[in-house]
Amino acid sequence: MKYEVVIGLETHAELDTESKLFCGCSTKFGSEPNTQTCPVCLGLPGVLPVMNKKAFGLSLKTAVALHCEINQFTNFDRKSYYYPDLPKNYQTSQNYFNIGNNGYVDMVVDGEERRINIHNVHLEEEAGKLVHPEASDANYSLVDFNRAGVPLLEIVTQPDMRSIEEVENYMQTLRNILLYIGVSDCKMQEGSLRFEASISLREHGSTVLGNRVEIKNLNSMKAVLKVLAYEMTRQSSLLDDGKEILLETRLWDDVDAVSRRMRTKEDAHDYRYFPEPDLVPFWINQEWIDETETAIPELPVCRRQRFVDELSVSDYDAGILTEDKSLADYFEECVAISQESSKELSNWIINDVLRELNEQKLNVQDFVISPKMLTELVEIKPTIGSSIAKEVFAEMVNTGKSAPVIVKEKDLTQMDDTSELNEIVVKVIEDNPKAVEDYGLGKKNALAFLIGQTMKITKGKANPKILTELFKQRLSSISK
Amino acid sequence: MKLYEHAISETVEKIKTKEIKSCEVVQSILERIDNIDKKLNAFITVFHDESVDRAKYIDQKIKNGKPLGALAGVPIAIKDNICLKNKRTTCGSKMLENYCPPYSATVINKLLSEDAIIIGKTNMDEFSQGSSAETSYFGATRNPWNLDRVPGGTSGGSAAALAANETIGSIGSDTGGSVRQPASFCGVVALKPTYGRISRYGLIAYASSLDTIAPFGKTVKDCAILMQVLSGKDTKDSTSVDENVPEYEKLMGNSIKQMRIGLPSEYFSDGICPDVKEAVLKGVKVLESLGAVIEETSLPSLKYGIPAYYLTATSEVSSNLARYMGIHHSHRSKKTKDLIESFKTSRAEGFGPEVRRRIILGTYALSRGYYDQYYLKAQKVRTLIMNEYLNAFKKYDVLIGPVSPFPAFKLGEKINDPLQMYLSDIYTITINMAGIPAISIPCGLSSQGLPIGMQIIGKHFDEGKLLKIASVYEKNCNVSNIIPNI
Ligand SMILES: [Zn+2]
Repeated sequence: MKYEVVIGLETHAELDTESKLFCGCSTKFGSEPNTQTCPVCLGLPGVLPVMNKKAFGLSLKTAVALHCEINQFTNFDRKSYYYPDLPKNYQTSQNYFNIGNNGYVDMVVDGEERRINIHNVHLEEEAGKLVHPEASDANYSLVDFNRAGVPLLEIVTQPDMRSIEEVENYMQTLRNILLYIGVSDCKMQEGSLRFEASISLREHGSTVLGNRVEIKNLNSMKAVLKVLAYEMTRQSSLLDDGKEILLETRLWDDVDAVSRRMRTKEDAHDYRYFPEPDLVPFWINQEWIDETETAIPELPVCRRQRFVDELSVSDYDAGILTEDKSLADYFEECVAISQESSKELSNWIINDVLRELNEQKLNVQDFVISPKMLTELVEIKPTIGSSIAKEVFAEMVNTGKSAPVIVKEKDLTQMDDTSELNEIVVKVIEDNPKAVEDYGLGKKNALAFLIGQTMKITKGKANPKILTELFKQRLSSISK
Repeated sequence: MKLYEHAISETVEKIKTKEIKSCEVVQSILERIDNIDKKLNAFITVFHDESVDRAKYIDQKIKNGKPLGALAGVPIAIKDNICLKNKRTTCGSKMLENYCPPYSATVINKLLSEDAIIIGKTNMDEFSQGSSAETSYFGATRNPWNLDRVPGGTSGGSAAALAANETIGSIGSDTGGSVRQPASFCGVVALKPTYGRISRYGLIAYASSLDTIAPFGKTVKDCAILMQVLSGKDTKDSTSVDENVPEYEKLMGNSIKQMRIGLPSEYFSDGICPDVKEAVLKGVKVLESLGAVIEETSLPSLKYGIPAYYLTATSEVSSNLARYMGIHHSHRSKKTKDLIESFKTSRAEGFGPEVRRRIILGTYALSRGYYDQYYLKAQKVRTLIMNEYLNAFKKYDVLIGPVSPFPAFKLGEKINDPLQMYLSDIYTITINMAGIPAISIPCGLSSQGLPIGMQIIGKHFDEGKLLKIASVYEKNCNVSNIIPNI
């Protein structure tokens, strides 16, 4: 493209807490409208907020995980705007003393490390939701306050991204981090993870930022990518025509796949931030920060690299394994239990375990085959052969029995006694003169046919390697 | 002596010893209200039936020998900005004319658990904004000492009702002088506590960082009894403070010998009415004669108090009152259909002129580009003022000054001159800015026969000392025995 694109992203993640930010109401998704409300989250006259310590702790954890400078003195501010889904017409948020500033997210783009700087991480309360009746002639709207007051973390980047690929990578990486440290379930279909993007274009080599367009209301990663592609085209054709890009806020319409002007700079909100007088300032002592740091697990990017360096897993496979923390944990547990090669274990997980999980729509923690069971299967595999091992795996999924039990019950141990096999080979050759003749004529599939016949007799238990050797020996002696 | 004339301490004593019944006290109070409140307009709502029922319940408890609370059977009037479950709580505004909260304030629960009877909800300046109880949507309250005069504000209803013996005790709220000034105008006692001493949960906010719930009493002892019931940390109010609550009554009446009292010159400056100055200084002389050591001092930053206070309070008002837009609990205009138009019209119709003025002032002060210059600067002044007070308390046990520069003024005298009205708070607002406690106690009458109040100011959580000095003063002057003739 003729222009360089400059993108910044705000991510809103609902925190994974049982109760709301300032009251005891449940945060459960999908309940009947207004059943999870109380005077506090309805913003009734006279109520006061009380901070949810867990939500505060999760915010701190995120800020630490994103390498932010922690504001040990942190405070909340009121952000004022009028909207019917906002019970108090102000949102208790952070502006002057965010919980974290100046962090970063490291990610891998085309095998290269890339750092996206985080401007700030701050905690705020969710608004409610407007419900518009379906009838087109309805002259009212309803408000559902179940979501009002759910703790919401906002993660704001610097305008550091230079391509749509980078944005996609950043969103994935950030989502993984949030899942890894267990602060949000990141369920986009439930609105737990939402985005706002800002995008501007400039001539390559320019150090001045172009006029910025902000896009709100992006409820999926797909929508982010679509709107950015749309905006790049829209803005570059405007620039090509010598027109100015307006400083404005636009809304993404997923149905028509277009962005539409919401407001221009002239009628931009003045949020009139000032310190929330109903909460006291918070002091985060060093001990709390240290404890939080200790509690943060190894993040995906580091773990992926370690899998490659220490466990001889390919970079691609390591990427898949570390995408989901519990899957990576599963893998590491297997490696810890078993003497088998980590490469072999990772193959089983990526090919067979993941396929089952996808089919059954399960999390690995709920999977019937535990790491110990998987390692048992891998360890017993040399005695039963690959194809029977696959069958045993399927049987394990169905019955929950362990591999050794299944192998014993079904007597699946491979036959690799040469003299025993030899007897059968002799018999098969006697019974199939046509195939023997074909083999002599050089027809290659004749051998496969004979091996197939043997497998039928041995119920697939014959060691195929030994079997092949025996047939070759005997057939060559016949044809001579 | 009529039953309605008694103080809380006497009433509880007589009810507990079965000398009188709670029902009789309630009956006496309700009759008194029926007889004179037409003239005063101190109440917005009176709970006739509920009060009688509750009195019967308390009497039954006594009869059955059940344990009794500290306010057993005592009628208490509540300012109408304190939420009472399922009862109309209006804040003196059309905006909440029909609003019934689904919960009760923490202080209400505390009063009820001590067996008090909530007799009614009292009139007030709309959303606690005013200095005369004239801005109420439900009409002005009048001063029982002189019906042409204001009772002071904003807790004018609670003060007037108590002074006129329409209740045995009452509760108000104080953001810039809202219990002390009406107490001084009506000749009763009121104690504005330390910010954080009494839970604000359920107090409809005016200016959150300055608001305090505060008791009135016919006597200092009554204030102490109510303070005991109301004080303490509340998990529902993050700004309430977990600080030991002393037994206030035990502190009362002790010697004040060698107590050091400072008289800030700023409290006796040019604008003060000579009657007020004379009465307060006479009161100080009494304390000196009882062994206190008196010294003049100065707190020069107090002169910035009015602008800093009004910037802070109006900024918070503009935010606290944003929730009233006619969506789910406040007045909704019937004139409009469009959403934004409905917000605007509902607010224009629901709020009176003083409230609208303060919302506009506060919105301006918080606007982009003005925040540093106004709100932030006001907070710096606030710190300065607090530090000056705290410095003074290194030298003095308490400071003393008048409550108001003048006694009760006439209805309508200042209502159209906001600046004059704001100046009537000059001796009270800096105490809210500093978050410290102060008590207002009657110290005599003006030449026109209007009560004058003396203000005793202490450091954070020193309410006990204020009650002690006030009680010693009260005992030696008999000032709280003067009652209006209505
Ligand atoms: Zn709630």
